[in-house]
Formats: sequence, structure tokens, C-alpha cells
Amino acid sequence: MPIIELSGIKRLYELDGITVKAIQGLDLSIDAGEFISVMGPSGSGKSTLMNILGCLDKPTAGIYILDGINTSKASIDEFALIRNEKVGFVFQGFNLLARTTAVENVELPLFYRRNKQKINQKQRAIAVLEEVGLGERLYHTPSQLSGGQQQRVAIARAMVNNPAFILADEPTGNLDTEMTLEIMTLFQNLNNRGKTIIMVTHEPELAAYTRRIITMRDGKLVSDIPVKDRRNAADDLLLWKKENVVLQKIGN
Amino acid sequence: MGLLRLLKSSFKNIYKNRMRSLLTSLGIIIGVGSVIVMVAIGDGSRIQIEQQIASMGTNLITVLPRRGVGVPHRLTKSDSEKLKNEATYIMAVSGIRQRIFNIVGGDGNWSALVMGVEPDYLIIRSWNMQEGNFFEEEDLLHRRRVAVLGATVASQLFGARDPIGERIRIGTNHFRVTGVLERRGIGAAGNDQDDVVMVPLDTALTRMSPIRAPLLSSIALSVIHEDFMSRAQQEIDIILRESHNTAPNAPASFEILNMADVIARAAKTSRLLTNLLSAIAGVSLLVGGIGIMNIMLVSVTERTREIGIRMAVGARKKDILFQFLSESIILSLIGGIIGVVFAVFVCKFLTAFMAMPTYINPVVIMISVLFAAMVGIFFGFYPAKKAAGLYPIDALRYE
Repeated sequence: MPIIELSGIKRLYELDGITVKAIQGLDLSIDAGEFISVMGPSGSGKSTLMNILGCLDKPTAGIYILDGINTSKASIDEFALIRNEKVGFVFQGFNLLARTTAVENVELPLFYRRNKQKINQKQRAIAVLEEVGLGERLYHTPSQLSGGQQQRVAIARAMVNNPAFILADEPTGNLDTEMTLEIMTLFQNLNNRGKTIIMVTHEPELAAYTRRIITMRDGKLVSDIPVKDRRNAADDLLLWKKENVVLQKIGN
Repeated sequence: MGLLRLLKSSFKNIYKNRMRSLLTSLGIIIGVGSVIVMVAIGDGSRIQIEQQIASMGTNLITVLPRRGVGVPHRLTKSDSEKLKNEATYIMAVSGIRQRIFNIVGGDGNWSALVMGVEPDYLIIRSWNMQEGNFFEEEDLLHRRRVAVLGATVASQLFGARDPIGERIRIGTNHFRVTGVLERRGIGAAGNDQDDVVMVPLDTALTRMSPIRAPLLSSIALSVIHEDFMSRAQQEIDIILRESHNTAPNAPASFEILNMADVIARAAKTSRLLTNLLSAIAGVSLLVGGIGIMNIMLVSVTERTREIGIRMAVGARKKDILFQFLSESIILSLIGGIIGVVFAVFVCKFLTAFMAMPTYINPVVIMISVLFAAMVGIFFGFYPAKKAAGLYPIDALRYE
């Protein structure tokens, strides 16, 4: 059962009287439990695809069915509701609210919930933060957290409403190698527990941690291949730490 | 999203930027505060004037000799006698002869207004005795040297002692004190009404140098009812013209003043001034509102990314609209409430240390706080609308 079905998607922009074809005819189907990376050079239409998948933008033509909902006829407010319930965003720049604790940041999507069913928002936020390994940093503000920790808060925020999938836009673009490997480990763990993750990336070595790679060029899908030798981020992290210790010893 | 959660999150945001919030509200604080203070000063002085009119009697008429060159007649006791005998709308009449004298007696000396009056003067001014007796017609007839002291003079000369029966010297004449007047307080002109000594009119006219002459400073009259004020004035005019042999259309040698009118005119001037000041204060409230709009616009720009994040995680346009609107309403409401507290303190200060009467009407407080909230809605709407109209993709990408 696919949770995402795109058929005949087109997205055109009018820019100073010139029509820009960001996506020109795209079909894609993603099943629950997949871990998929979207690759392609700048201007290939990746970002536009992400915006459409995340219901931040509407395609000019084509049909997008998300978790059984046909989004073509949704209003702006219904789009907001779909984003709230079905999509978990993780951005390159973390996009956390400044001067706001981790718990409050994670609670934010619950704040805009329209499901009247009562839940303890704070307990839920704390549970998800513990799941991403930040149980010790619940009341720290973004400025008191490292980049990797901030991104983990963002991932917790993405997961807090149990969305249909997590949409990560270059989630490790602002992180160093160790933090990158930590985030990839986290993603792999989440995926192993059944979470669907869609990740945009430039780097082939990161795509190697996912299960399927699609590549875009000039607004079209040019390849869609499963990953054969899938790497294990946890192993790589361990290896990298060992090497780092050795390098440091040599340096000393 | 519940109202309570919305308010809670608005308070949080305001608290996160508390310094800026305070500065933003400052315009409203000053605006609301000054409106309330201005209206309180106006109301206070109006109430004071009303009380003065009431205490003086609304049916008081004063006749003064017209000042100027070439006026052949002055007011004399025969004028006041004629009024007493002929006027029908008049209840009581008293000629007055007055001057400031140095008074010696008791503990030392004191300078005060000495008024030669007739026994009816107390009725005209609806004034009572604190102790002792006022003089009578017989005292006038015999030109007796008896005096009644105002409360201020009594306490200045005799302290806490009972002045009745004591001797005082007014100018060169010795008087015996027969009574003390009830305290009246500050008069309409801001003078101390109790800083006075009253003596029989005829004593003043014949014995007291340098006012020893058959001339009156003024005549005080009391009309039978305030409804007959204008008729009484016409009657006085006719009687005095006859007495002075002045033709009905010739310029009169006297002036008739309706005291309630005089005070009301003064009150009108002060009310005009108060209204003007209140209007200026109202403008500052408006400027405060523009200040809020200004800061909210800056805040929307500054928080564009935050708005994008909120939209990405599911906030609708109206969620964002209400968030910004509630922030600006809370800012101006807090400003309004602080303004009220500030105004109450200022009024207390003015009354306690500047002897300025103030009266804070609860309705004025309610109206100005409500107005502050309206300012918040009005000036907060545009920035909130702007925030809600942001496109999530652009807002997220905003640097």
C-alpha cells in the first residue's frame, strides 16, 4: 500500500513573464516503511518536489494522493491540517524557535492539532525527545544545544504527531561528520522501526544509508534504483570515532 | 487551538521580548495615564466649584459700584435700605464695607479682611456660627465695637483658646470678640474664606479710620428662590436707577453680579482647558497605537521564519492572525492597565502635594482601558494580516 502516489505532476512558475518549468511530468510511488533519498543537481526540481510532497506547494497539474487523501482539491486550511497530521519536516537549518526550550519546540505541532482527542502534550513531547536520545536536554534552548542536538530536537518535532512520513531537506548540510553519522544512525533506527523517511541530499555517501535513490534532472525523474550495498551508519560512526582517536594521538 | 493556549503563548512571546514590549506599551501607558489624569483634574475642579456654589448659595447677587471716572454716584446705605424696603424678590440684604486691617490681640498680630456687614449677611451666605453670637440690629444702631472672627483669624490670634470675650484691636479701635464663625475653607477665587473678621456695618462706616465714610464696598443680596434670579436682577436695576436718578437707558453707576454665573463662567473656562488637554492626551494615545503597529510590523518581519515554521507544522492563516492580534491587544491592554495605575498615583500625588482636587471616575478608567484594547485591535490588525498572508515556502526561506 503506497502512502505517496504522484501521477503526471507538473509545476510551472511565472517569473517576469517567463514560464519556468520546475517539474514537468513526474510519476512516483512511495510505500510505507521506505527510506528514500532524492538526489540531483541544483535547479533539477528537488526543492519543488519536496514542497509539493510536504503540501507547502500545489502542483500546477497532476494528482497527489497522500495516505489515501487526494490533495488536489484541498483548501489552504486543509493543506495546513495535512502538514500538521501527515508530514514531519526536518530542515537543513533546523528551524527551531529561538529562546524556546526543546520540549516547547517539540510541542509546537501539537499546539496546532485539530483532533479534539485529549493528550498530554508535554508527556508526548518528552517521550519523543527521549526516543531521539535527548532525555537529558529537555529544557535547553537551541542556543544551549549543539548542531546535532538541535537537529535531533527538529526530528523529535517531526515525529511528535505520528506523521505518515518524515521529509528531511538536506538534514546534515550544517553538521560535521560525527554529527552527520549520528543523525543518519537515528534515521536508520527510526526507519527500522517502520518510519517512512524521504531525504533530499547532495552527497552520494549519505544516499548510501537509504534504501532507494531517485535522481532528478531538469524537472524529470531520470533514475529510480534500490540501494544494493546499504551501509550501516552506526558501524560507520564507531569506525570514525576510532580513527579520530588514532588521528588525535598522532597529532599529539 | 484554545483561547487559553493562545493567550498563554502570546504572554510567553511578550515575556521573551519584555524590554521591547515595555517600550512598545510606553506610548499606551502615557496616553491612557494622561487622559485619566487630565479628566480627573477637570472633574475634580468641576466638583469643587459645584460645592463652592452650593455652599455659597445659588441665589446670591452682589451689587458693586461701577469703577471708572465721572461716575457721580456711589453705593450708600440708603441704597441698601431702599432695596430692603422695595424689592419683592429679595429675601435678605446687607451692605458691606471692607478693607484689610492689621489686627492685634491674643498672641500677637495678624492681617485679615475686616468686613462691616449687617446681621442678614450670615443668612445671605448661609453661614453659621461655630460659637458665640453674631451681632444684631441693636449693635449697628449703637455702633458697638463688637467683632466676630473667622476660624483662621481665631486660631492665628488665640490658638486653641476660646476667644469669646477677649479684646482685639483693629487699626486704632478696640473691639470685643462675641463669636467665631464656622469654618468654610477655600473660596471660589482660591482665597481663604475664614481669614476674615466681621463687625457691625455702622461701626465700620463711622468709627473705623480710614474707611470711615458713608460709602459701601458692595451690597450682598439673597433672592427668594434661584428661579427668580433674572427678575430679581431687573428689579434691583430699576430700584437703584431710581435711587441714583439714572435714566433707564443711561449707563448705570453700579454693576449687578450673579455670583453663580461668575463662578460658572470660570468653571467653563477651566472645562475648556481640560477638554483641550484631554484631547492632546487622546492624540498621544493614538500615537501610542501607531507605535504598537510599528513594533508589530518589525516583529512580523523579524519573526518571518518563525511564522514559516509554525505554518509548516500546521498553523492556519487565522492561527497566525490571532496570534499576532492577541499579542498586540495584550500589549495595549497591559499598557492601559499600567497607565491606570500610573494615573491613580499621579492624581494622589497632585491632591496630596499640589492641593489640586482630582476625581477619578471609574467609567473613565473603563473607557480608556477599552479604548486601549481597541487601539490594539485596530493597529495590530494590519501587521497580523501581513503575517497571516505570508507564503510558508518564502517564510521558511527568509534570512
